[in-house]
Amino acid sequence: MENRTDKNSYTIIFAIIMVFVVGAVLAYAAQSLKPKIDENKRLEKQQNILYAMGVNQNVEGSAVFISTDKVASEFEKYIKNQIVIEGDKVTEDHEAYLIDVKKEQAKARAGGVRKLPLFIGEKDGKTFYVIPVYGKGLWDAIWGYVALDENMVVQGVYFDHKGETPGLGANIKERFFMDDFTGEHLLDGSGDFKGITVAKGNADPKNEDKTDNEVDAIAGATITGNGVTAMLKSDLKLYESYFKNLKNN
Amino acid sequence: MGLLSKKDGKLILDPLTDNNPITIQVLGICSALAITAQLKASIVMAISVTAVVAIGNLIISLMRNIIPSKIRIIVQLVVVAALVIVVDLVLKAFSYELSKTLSVFVGLIITNCIIMGRFEAFALANGPWRSFLDGIGNGAGYGLILIIVGFFRELLGSGTLLGFKVLGDPIEKTGLYAIGYENNGFMLLSPMALIVLGIIIWIQRSRNKALIEDH
Repeated sequence: MENRTDKNSYTIIFAIIMVFVVGAVLAYAAQSLKPKIDENKRLEKQQNILYAMGVNQNVEGSAVFISTDKVASEFEKYIKNQIVIEGDKVTEDHEAYLIDVKKEQAKARAGGVRKLPLFIGEKDGKTFYVIPVYGKGLWDAIWGYVALDENMVVQGVYFDHKGETPGLGANIKERFFMDDFTGEHLLDGSGDFKGITVAKGNADPKNEDKTDNEVDAIAGATITGNGVTAMLKSDLKLYESYFKNLKNN
Repeated sequence: MGLLSKKDGKLILDPLTDNNPITIQVLGICSALAITAQLKASIVMAISVTAVVAIGNLIISLMRNIIPSKIRIIVQLVVVAALVIVVDLVLKAFSYELSKTLSVFVGLIITNCIIMGRFEAFALANGPWRSFLDGIGNGAGYGLILIIVGFFRELLGSGTLLGFKVLGDPIEKTGLYAIGYENNGFMLLSPMALIVLGIIIWIQRSRNKALIEDH
């Protein structure tokens, strides 16, 4: 005897109803949790920016952010100014850190003028200029924040990624890689913008030469490393004129 | 067991010991290796999987008489996928840092063989209450091993438990570090999870010879 649930019509109707019910449940869950998730993402951006300028709770060898309950007040304390550079126009905007760098890059590709956010922080009497960068790794997006001084010398970085290979490309967010950038120059000897290359087989694996515009690559993560190089070159170069003006004034 | 009949109690206790999904059935190994470097991640993963397999078992069992047999695997997959998305959203909303640590592995709960295995083997043939208990049991059995592995890996690899420095401070050289103890960084890499797991399987089988397969 054929079972009622074996009929094709029953199967199709069951599938249709199931899709609607499950879709509705998930849509409701996503909508009701969205404000909290957005808030977490906002705090994470603040943590990233502060991390790059050295405000963090690092313990030996591992990168630890400042805790989420303190981050809002610390951000207020250390970040003195946030500006947006749009062509020749420079405006202050205390929500510049919420600017989506990916969207701005797409705007520039479509021929528009890109908004360039810049966060000016102060810690122990030193001024930090923190710049967001966004690029492509091997599998998916990579991004980060780079803290510079007024000579475009790196003071600290934070990198993150969406889906690089664990143990290889994913190590760009490990301290042994990020710490290498500290002290590196973005300009070459004659003051022109050169960027920082994540270089394989360079003669300086301990990274003692800070003016060679190179850091040591991660073995097995060539494409992610190249992505970091390209991201730093293209995104940081856009700020070159700002720093030139800064020195002239 | 008081609250539960003897048969029902067995549903929960068996997967914890002689029918453990990881050490005996050797299911769910990939996530057991990947996320056990810290105890906290292990505990959250254990709770997440237990919730998904228990609630999923319950839902599948309630629907077992109306699920069209031709598409039952797809129906099971939809139920797991929906539950996993909910777990992922809840983690992102209430434990963001951890959701980043667990990252892809929360999504991979979907492919955890334990879950589909229990749906297919148990929930489709048993009532809701028994299926729910079976889910709790198997989730807990999986979680127990995860927590044991996570405990040793965090303790020996980082010298901490749940982030607390139980062995002293490695930088200030207090506690055990004062007499020259060093953390074993190898414990933090996945291969050591496999070795710890192997040791657990070894101990378990040497204590209960009935578990050793004939060849």
